[in-house]
Amino acid sequence: MSTSLAAGALEKVIDDTPVPSRRRRGARKPWGLRIWGWLVILWLLTPIIVMALFSFNDNTTTNGRSRVTPNLNGFTVRWYGKLFDNPSLTESIRNSLIIAVATTAICVVLGTLMGVALGRWKFRGSGSVNLLLFANIAAPEVVLGSALLTLFLSLHIPLGFLTLILAHVMLCVAYVVVTVRARMSGLDPALEEASRDLGAGPTTTFFKVTLPSIMPAVFSGGLLAFAMSIDDYIVTSFNSGSTTTFPLWVWGAKERNAGSLPPQVYVMGTVIFAVGVLVAVIGAVNARRKA
Amino acid sequence: MSERPDLPLDLLRGLALPRMSRRRFLQAGGLTVAGATLAACSLPGTPRSNLGLQGAREEIAKYWAAQTQHGQLNFANWPLYMDVDADDESKHPSLDEFTKKTGIKVKYDEVINDTDEFYNKIAPVLRQKQSLEWDLMVLTNGMSLNDLMIRDYLVPLDQARMSNFYANASTLAANPSYDRGNVYTMAWQSGITGIAYDIKRVGHEITSWEDLQDPKLRGKIGMFGDNEDLPGCALAAIGVNPEQSTPEDWKKAADWLIKQKPLVRKYYAQDYVDPLLRGDIWATMGWSGDVLANQGDNPNLRFVVPKEGAILWTDNMCIPAAARNPLDAMIYMDYVYNPDVAATLADYIWYITPVPAVQGIFVQEAKDADNEDDKAYYQDLSTNPLMFPKEADFAKLHRYRVLSEEERPVWNALFQPIYSG
Amino acid sequence: MSRLRGKLAPYLMVLPAWLWLAIFFVVPTVTMLSVSTMTGNDLDGFKQTFHFSTYADAWNDYHTQIVRSLIYGLVATVLCVLIGYPVAYWIAFYGGRHKSTLLFLLLLPFFVSFVIRTLAWETLLQDEGVVIKAMKHLHIDGAFFGFMHFIGAVPEHAHQITQTHLAVVGGLVYNFLPFTILPIYVSLERVSPSLLESSADLYGNKVTSFTKVVLPLSMPGVFAGVLLTFVPVAADYVTAQILGGPGTTMVGTIIDQRFNSQEYPIASALSFILMALLLIGVFSYAKALGTEEAMEMAAA
Repeated sequence: MSTSLAAGALEKVIDDTPVPSRRRRGARKPWGLRIWGWLVILWLLTPIIVMALFSFNDNTTTNGRSRVTPNLNGFTVRWYGKLFDNPSLTESIRNSLIIAVATTAICVVLGTLMGVALGRWKFRGSGSVNLLLFANIAAPEVVLGSALLTLFLSLHIPLGFLTLILAHVMLCVAYVVVTVRARMSGLDPALEEASRDLGAGPTTTFFKVTLPSIMPAVFSGGLLAFAMSIDDYIVTSFNSGSTTTFPLWVWGAKERNAGSLPPQVYVMGTVIFAVGVLVAVIGAVNARRKA
Repeated sequence: MSERPDLPLDLLRGLALPRMSRRRFLQAGGLTVAGATLAACSLPGTPRSNLGLQGAREEIAKYWAAQTQHGQLNFANWPLYMDVDADDESKHPSLDEFTKKTGIKVKYDEVINDTDEFYNKIAPVLRQKQSLEWDLMVLTNGMSLNDLMIRDYLVPLDQARMSNFYANASTLAANPSYDRGNVYTMAWQSGITGIAYDIKRVGHEITSWEDLQDPKLRGKIGMFGDNEDLPGCALAAIGVNPEQSTPEDWKKAADWLIKQKPLVRKYYAQDYVDPLLRGDIWATMGWSGDVLANQGDNPNLRFVVPKEGAILWTDNMCIPAAARNPLDAMIYMDYVYNPDVAATLADYIWYITPVPAVQGIFVQEAKDADNEDDKAYYQDLSTNPLMFPKEADFAKLHRYRVLSEEERPVWNALFQPIYSG
Repeated sequence: MSRLRGKLAPYLMVLPAWLWLAIFFVVPTVTMLSVSTMTGNDLDGFKQTFHFSTYADAWNDYHTQIVRSLIYGLVATVLCVLIGYPVAYWIAFYGGRHKSTLLFLLLLPFFVSFVIRTLAWETLLQDEGVVIKAMKHLHIDGAFFGFMHFIGAVPEHAHQITQTHLAVVGGLVYNFLPFTILPIYVSLERVSPSLLESSADLYGNKVTSFTKVVLPLSMPGVFAGVLLTFVPVAADYVTAQILGGPGTTMVGTIIDQRFNSQEYPIASALSFILMALLLIGVFSYAKALGTEEAMEMAAA
């Protein structure tokens, strides 16, 4: 769930219009707040810096296996070259991506439908559906994961790719619903009514009028689902069987390497980070241009 | 695609075999003289009981007779248990050699980090009578391996294809207490769970489990957080052989651990080596091979078999039920008991090899070495007591306790809260 | 016909997601409830025996870990609010043009897997690692550990950070801080600057403006942040596994371990106890706030 907020911020970024600075009359500069804010941001970024530093660390132990030591030995880009040398690492990333894409696709479709319905109409049972969503979001992952495992075990369903996708959609769909619903309830119904008055059927109205208006919410909901799926550890660890995803692989890598992370992990982390930043920046620049 | 042999739970009892009853034979033969003459041309077999091991052996032989070599072997193993190419960690020279010699391609997966954890992954699949991804796996002796055996989740080995094994296996590997007759397993490597420590940081030599109760080492002691090594070593610490321990002994061992708990930094899994190297812990339960492997990085690392005793464990090759390529697995298993192959592996793995002839090979390598470094290296290896333990050491080493279903809750209730709490 | 379709539309649209959640969320939870009263073992199988005393056993054996998880949750959440509120305030009121950039910077670290981030902290916080070395260099390690001993975050005589309450709570605060900051920010951002100006016009100083105007208006955001932080923190166990030690085990680890040793009934009972305790807390908060607003806040 933690990376979901990285994507959650995007809705703010996409929505944001430039706001004039709120300077009050005679306001003094808020040095205290500023220092505190930057300190917190720095604190949050510290492990990222560590990760990037160690991805360039030159270290090999005498028995030929690579380790991460707390000492920086020398600069090398060797590990970046060896990035795809480890077949199980590559496979785990491939698995993570496939599962995340499948999950996102299903969540976007299911979640948008439910979100539009809940945001637009008040109907009998909508209260209990909202309650269901709330319970799903509020329930801890360890419970979601372990309960689903008991279901799969009692039905003798083999654990693997399929069960992971089923689990991830269950985990993420509520977030898409809630995002779309919030946006939908803020929409002016007049637009849709106008479309109806002009003779468009409900399906046409949905695809030509409603959907475009809620696109930012659908997009950021999808991003949320993607981020949650790709970073998920707890629910995945319960329902993966012998399939490995990237977070699972990282966890296992620590055990396999007698307690320290192999450099490939830090390299892959840095690469994923860089890609994510790039995507976000492009998205923000695009949004700025549209505004 | 090999067919799953029909080996139900009562394999060793009640395998129906064709029986010939004398009376029926005589009745049939008595109809005509010709019939009698014809009948007299065959002789009745010996009546057999349903409860025979011979019948079971015949079933197993039938299974293996139906197998063919497929040219593919999927091998699941622990990390650091296979030689690697110096420049490319994903290549394994000894496996490539095997492929050259036999034509069998090997897919090698280092997916096992903990026997119990791996057992949990594979048990649901095996329960459905489905095939695992792997044909060969390496598991430590203990409760999980025993569970696999009693549930018939393993394929009994083809004794006829174990010539290398019976010729070269050590007394440790042949006929072990946890698998008499090597019905299901052949040892891969053995190791000792004892005490690993940094002599410089600790300041003195460690000789006893009581040294891990030293208040001066508060916060710098590591122990294993598992159900077999931890209680096993605690039993050894109070002077009891785990295999013969009683519930009263277990209680005393648990008390020993509870007394130690405030001093313990963390209950580790396999990940104790790094904290030991970087100084988070100074003394810990540890495995003999790990210390050997990391002495290059930190020459102050020592390993000791405490005077009260320690645990000897063996990681065993075995074939899961419904394996797709069992014959290829069988061929590999016997292949590694070739002394030369065993020496290549031991040269990298640095645990206790099941082939004692390897020691002689290392001595020879030292003699034949063309430079000083290699000479010293092989000489060290061939005399290292952690790789080739002496008889006196063996007397102090014990095996894990195997628990029955009734004993397990008692054992768990005593020991789990210590490392789970 | 189209009137009927119109009437059915919301139900049809809700159906797919509802079915998915019903099958993979509701049914498993009920299954888990049923498993929790079974007895047996892996070899012989489990049978339903309505063995409710498993719940009593679960509480007796593990109430320490359950209570500890709740306490960690509470402490971490309070710290998150104390640390995060000023940051949310800063960005909402003084962010100006750079608001989205600042928010983005805040959330940047979460592009990296939290397992990697937490493991990186373990490397930084080790006994002979950067943080402790730096403190020794600046001669503040004595004071630092003295304070930590005083508040009980680090055991007496121990000069380590990993495997202590400090590390686990610190790690939890680190991993979940944005969950607190974002909802508070959203509600602060809706406070119109004219309100503050009016407050100043009415001779209110900065402190009263804050306590009497801004703080009450931000309360829904604070409540939402608390909700979104407390539940995942109390149920998290990976952070404690990486950064913690023997005295910091959380109930999630126990559940995980019991599942792994095929002790399904007690694992299910523990899961249920945890979820019940958390949901009770969550629903009381929601009632106090008014359900609609709480869920809207949760959406933000």
